[in-house]
Amino acid sequence: MDEASSRREFLRVIGAAAAGAVSLVAVEPARATPAAMQQAIAQVAGAARVNPGRVKLELPPLSENGNLVPLAVSVESPMTAADHVRAIHVFTEKNPQPEVASFRFGPRAGRASVATRIRLADTQSVTAIAELSDGSFWSATAAVVVTLAACLEDA
Amino acid sequence: MAGALINVPERAKRGEVIEIKTLVSHPMETGYRRTQLGAPIPRDIIRLFVCAYNGTEVFRAELHPAIAANPFIVFSTIAIESGTLTFHWTGDNGFSVTESAALTVV
Repeated sequence: MDEASSRREFLRVIGAAAAGAVSLVAVEPARATPAAMQQAIAQVAGAARVNPGRVKLELPPLSENGNLVPLAVSVESPMTAADHVRAIHVFTEKNPQPEVASFRFGPRAGRASVATRIRLADTQSVTAIAELSDGSFWSATAAVVVTLAACLEDA
Repeated sequence: MAGALINVPERAKRGEVIEIKTLVSHPMETGYRRTQLGAPIPRDIIRLFVCAYNGTEVFRAELHPAIAANPFIVFSTIAIESGTLTFHWTGDNGFSVTESAALTVV
């Protein structure tokens, strides 16, 4: 009887400690979540609907170094004064901050394409949103597997 | 210290779309890292890059900490007239670099 109650007590204490450890892990990383990315996209697009398509997002499917991931975004557009791409915005799901960059074009850009190198803190998906001169928004998403995470480890 | 590399074709046909590659040396410190003693390393990034063609802005990029160190940006513009392209980077801690390149349009 006595032994059983001490076992129960032991299990209770262990259970509480485990619950504490789990909540500690859940609270610790200050990272952008998919919800934060949706919020950042909503800030750019406002009430407008973001349609999938028209945007070509090129990212390697597997990246060995998250500190240096090549990214290229292009949009098929005639780039005239009447019909051009105003901006391309790039967002990530799990970096500490969802925004990556905003590139702004005009009809003088000739082509709505841009390439750069970004950091990815984790295996995640990246979304590019194009803002057209007629006020419509288009998007593309690509998933990247990252072996060495940026921000946490040194290159 | 603050060096910038720019790749612009020397000459282009009128109306041709030319590709411009830019690279500037900068650590792009995110502000999310810590030293071995646990002290946060303050953010130091380039926030804005602007390219102007004979004084008219043709491209602009707003950067965040997720851009890799030594920002490399490739974009394009239409060769309209001979002149100069100016490139301007600005960022935290008063960072400011200006470069220019000449373009001959035939």
